[in-house]
Amino acid sequence: MSLRIVVTVKYVPDATGDRHFAEDLTVDRDDVDGLLSELDEYAVEQALQIADEADDAEITVLTVGPEDAKDALRKALSMGADKAIHVEDDDLHGTDAVGTSLVLAKAIEKAGYDLVISGMASTDGTMGVLPALLAERLGVPQVTLLSEVSVADGVVKGRRDGDSASEQLEASLPAVVSVTDQSGEARYPSFKGIMAAKKKPVQSWDLEDLEIEADEVGLEGSWTKVDSATERPARTAGTIVKDEGEGGKQLAEFLVGQKFI
Amino acid sequence: MAEVLVYVDHVDGAVRKPTLELLTLARRLGDPVAVALGNGAANTAATLAEHGAVKVLTDEAAEYADYLVVPKVDALQAAVEVVSAAGSLAAVLVPSSAEAKEIAARLALRIGSGVITDAVDVEADDEGPVATQSVFAASYSTKTRVSKGTPVITVKPNSAPVEAAPAAGAVEALSVTFSAQATGTKVTGRTPRESTGRPELTEAAIVVSGGRGVNGSENFAIIEALADSLGAAVGASRAAVDAGWYPHTNQVGQTGKSVSPQLYIANGISGAIQHRAGMQTSKTIVAVNKDAEAPIFDLVDYGVVGDLFEVVPQLTEEIKTRKG
Repeated sequence: MSLRIVVTVKYVPDATGDRHFAEDLTVDRDDVDGLLSELDEYAVEQALQIADEADDAEITVLTVGPEDAKDALRKALSMGADKAIHVEDDDLHGTDAVGTSLVLAKAIEKAGYDLVISGMASTDGTMGVLPALLAERLGVPQVTLLSEVSVADGVVKGRRDGDSASEQLEASLPAVVSVTDQSGEARYPSFKGIMAAKKKPVQSWDLEDLEIEADEVGLEGSWTKVDSATERPARTAGTIVKDEGEGGKQLAEFLVGQKFI
Repeated sequence: MAEVLVYVDHVDGAVRKPTLELLTLARRLGDPVAVALGNGAANTAATLAEHGAVKVLTDEAAEYADYLVVPKVDALQAAVEVVSAAGSLAAVLVPSSAEAKEIAARLALRIGSGVITDAVDVEADDEGPVATQSVFAASYSTKTRVSKGTPVITVKPNSAPVEAAPAAGAVEALSVTFSAQATGTKVTGRTPRESTGRPELTEAAIVVSGGRGVNGSENFAIIEALADSLGAAVGASRAAVDAGWYPHTNQVGQTGKSVSPQLYIANGISGAIQHRAGMQTSKTIVAVNKDAEAPIFDLVDYGVVGDLFEVVPQLTEEIKTRKG
């Protein structure tokens, strides 16, 4: 029996670009180049490694987002995933994390799965709660924030490095896993992989396909509301000195002046 | 008066500082009712009472340590039901640790409420609490409210002062029925982190960090020496962590910890967006870097262009001399 892996990915504005908000206080996704969230590359990589270990596995990458989000799917396909699902619907604009988890959960159920793998957080919203929300909605174990992960005999095991302890976790499939950037460097797509990706199937679903009502998602269906977004004033220029042999002492003087010493 | 649930982060009964900061914020919204779970939960009561908890709901079941996240969600849900039945619940406040954020999100979904993560401030308003968040690598500040259900808000460390505000802190046993999912993910082993004797990175008033310029794990000794002279925590940039010079638990930045200390000292760190995302909200920023063009100098209150191997030891010596 084939191991069905679904990897959730997000198309995000480039963090090195000038990210800002649109008039309706949603993230402006038009003015800044987008890409596959770097932290999701680790999820794709672990999916590929788990699939290699399994006798028979199939990796589906799944995203929710506008037309451009297909770029993120293509990148994951060029790394080696088998097929992709793109959930796209105008009514999704402004959906919050809780709403997004509804859409993803419905799509995951429709696709069929044994294992869901996500990155630790997106690089734009950075909440880091989506995998937990998916586990709650799907009613399956949450095995999250893993720095090491393996799957064998229908059981997922992994290491979760927390603030006060490092934990070994174990759960039966089906399960939702998330992996950190410590889980292992993500591969670069090969030329062959990039060419092959062009022929891999990308399915498009809308809200109707997932039996979700428009008022359950979008800005209106959101359970949170952004009142304002203000650009933080640039930090005022500080004093910069060149070390001529007394740099450490000058720095100490500054810290004394600020009452840190 | 409305009540506010505060989820207690503690280690065997020792309450961690961010929870005390939550109590300060909770008192703006109503009467804080603390929820402490797991081994030593009842021992948290005295500290919590000193800082404003009118009640402390506790449960010391073994499930909290033996299984991941879900038992704690079950318990918080039980606490929400207890408090809601007795009066009105204004909000649920949770520290922004990785685990507590997951707990908060699942709780919010279960009780049909919106969730806000990583708030840096929470204020009372006629229509409910308003949370301030710092987003896009701290280049924007947003004000957000929950528009459905009881607001569930996670708050970052160093977002409020710890204040003494003695209250009753009456301990009550919380009765929890675990859900079918509670035992889904078993914790089969746990290795506690070795204590370095230094303050916790996210909670520290001063953080001293090293980056690519430190150039080797053995050289982190000079970063640690400076940190120790100031009673500071030690941080590292992603470059230093990826090179294997310092543990990932000390990484400051987007994929590591986000810190907001009174003083941040960046040594040999260029200041890439990855790093800035984790430290830009620090009150005072100081940098030592040999490259005068390094973007970190755009952020600093005071910067020294120079060799960190000359400047940092001299600074450490000077601090030691002045502190006598």
